[in-house]
Amino acid sequence: MTTELAEAPARQRWWAAPPRPVWEEPPGRAGLAGKGLVLTFACLAILFPLWIVVVTSLSSRKTIDEAGGLVMVPQDITFVAYRELLSGGQVSRAAVVSVLVTLVGTLFSMAVSVLCAYGLSRSGSLGHRWILMTLMATMFFSAGLIPSYLLVQSLGLMDTYLSLILPSAVSVFNILVLRGFFMGISQELVDSARIDGAGEFRILWQIVLPLSRAVVAVITLFYAVGYWSAWFNASLYLNDQDKMPLQNVMIQLVQKQQAPVGLGQAIKTGELSGLAVQMAVMVLALLPVAVLSPFVQKHFRKGMLTGAVKG
Amino acid sequence: MSHSTAPRSDTGAAKEPETTPVVSGDTTGGTGGGRRSTAGPPEGSRLRLRLRWRRDRALLLMSVPAVALILVFNYLPILGNVVAFEDYDPYISDNGVVSILNSSWIGLEHFEQLFGDPAFWHAVQNTLILFLLQLLLYFPVPIALALLINSVVRPRVRAVSQAILYLPHFFSWVLVIAVFQQLLGGAGLLSQLLRQHGFDGIDLMTDPETFKYLVTAQSVWKDAGWGIIVFLAALASVDQELYEAAAMDGAGRWRRMWHVTLPALRPVIALLLVLRVGDALTVGFEQILLQRDAVGPEASEVLDTFVWWYGVRNQDFGYAAAAGLVKGVVSIGLVLAANKVAHLMGEQGVYRK
Repeated sequence: MTTELAEAPARQRWWAAPPRPVWEEPPGRAGLAGKGLVLTFACLAILFPLWIVVVTSLSSRKTIDEAGGLVMVPQDITFVAYRELLSGGQVSRAAVVSVLVTLVGTLFSMAVSVLCAYGLSRSGSLGHRWILMTLMATMFFSAGLIPSYLLVQSLGLMDTYLSLILPSAVSVFNILVLRGFFMGISQELVDSARIDGAGEFRILWQIVLPLSRAVVAVITLFYAVGYWSAWFNASLYLNDQDKMPLQNVMIQLVQKQQAPVGLGQAIKTGELSGLAVQMAVMVLALLPVAVLSPFVQKHFRKGMLTGAVKG
Repeated sequence: MSHSTAPRSDTGAAKEPETTPVVSGDTTGGTGGGRRSTAGPPEGSRLRLRLRWRRDRALLLMSVPAVALILVFNYLPILGNVVAFEDYDPYISDNGVVSILNSSWIGLEHFEQLFGDPAFWHAVQNTLILFLLQLLLYFPVPIALALLINSVVRPRVRAVSQAILYLPHFFSWVLVIAVFQQLLGGAGLLSQLLRQHGFDGIDLMTDPETFKYLVTAQSVWKDAGWGIIVFLAALASVDQELYEAAAMDGAGRWRRMWHVTLPALRPVIALLLVLRVGDALTVGFEQILLQRDAVGPEASEVLDTFVWWYGVRNQDFGYAAAAGLVKGVVSIGLVLAANKVAHLMGEQGVYRK
């Protein structure tokens, strides 16, 4: 089993295993091979489909026709599908909608959640147990789809972008994770700032947040991914097709096999491959997530688990 | 802000060890009154309240936006469930509240109708089958993967494989299903390869026979990698001396896993099982809804999509809300029951006794 041993000396090759404790028997060759095989298979099961999607999106119509559909080996790379999609029109608009909803929604969610998490992070503060219980109870029930729909409708949020943000703006789980992290911050530090006359907002902004970069990065990613991936609320609350975010447009293009508005002609006449266009939309949807999440990955354990499953 | 005027005497209390298990927060963390010995005269609970209000009002103010959103969007709609007892007419007014107030009361009629509706029981059946499939085929995968990753000692191999395994968790269901469509659909890679080698193409995305396995496979692809994170944390917190001591006593690799590693994972496994069982009636709403048209309701209708179909598609709000209410009430019962079982087995469960 692994241990957090000291890092291998610099002159050692990077693939060399760190030394094992003396009592641990060295791994057998068959065991190593078996583990490597399973791990490689698991990783390929994830990467191979993505590879095909990316390569096909970059292939010309000719390559795709020759391959009989999906392309596994890149031949002549072309960005024509992306150029067509991003030069205005349905997909460009949907992408802009998704980006804006994600940015505004994430900012709003983070502001609300960080404030609430900090407000509840002082043990013994007035009413914080009641508030916590009120929040946590929502993790065990849901009011139901129909009443939620009727509520959004009664609030006059139908066909507005607020309907994509407000109903799912607060995640109690995220607040609890933030709160757990804030509570781990040295109380002496906070108290000394208070004695120096700093108000709560200032303590949060100047002391607590700078110490919580890891958890803030993780929770920001969670919220952003949530907004970016959401499609159900849009399908429920938006009637105007022009307002639809990227995910909803992707459903139409890939699942219902429709051509994007305005590109149907180019696909019919053979300049553009419908398949490449589908794949390009999928790449647009996965790119931000695939690029950002590995950067936040190193914080996952530190940021999330200290807050979520301590002890 | 007026902290300087309010005496602070809770710095000692703030150092109380306060653990926060997954969802239990500090409902039992002793943080009540009785510690503010210097705060005021013994009879002055009102005075104490005022002092605490003065001290904590900024903190309370900070919680207000989130609490308000939760009250409006999580608690307020509970009242809307009255439509389950009404002959709800959405066309009375554009405003749902006005319609609710002006629809006629029909009592339990929807529920009687619901319990006699074979489509409802079919949805229940599909839900339970999917839940069991996921429990059998999905639940063990993250545990096995975590043990595997944990046994990898090369830090780079670990980091890279973790990054890859976590990735699909952050994809939307739309994207995951689109990817599966391109692989297993009628025009997908599998069909393409079969045809090129002289076989008939197959379309697994619209096959009702295999749909439940397909859904489970999608869940595994998307979330099994992410699921290992909790187990890895539990594994990292195992006292390494236990392994050493076991090895000294002659325990080999497998015996150490059986006697040290697995007991360390037991509380986490129990907690996740309780959560899963409590959530048994929720088996992937978005994922299934996205594929409902392609596969047909016979194979794919689960409780959540049943509610969606009658409420959103057919505008039969009362009937759909009745089905949703049944699901909600049974789910709360399941959470409580699962937790009870966990307590009986000596595990902590979701909340403490």
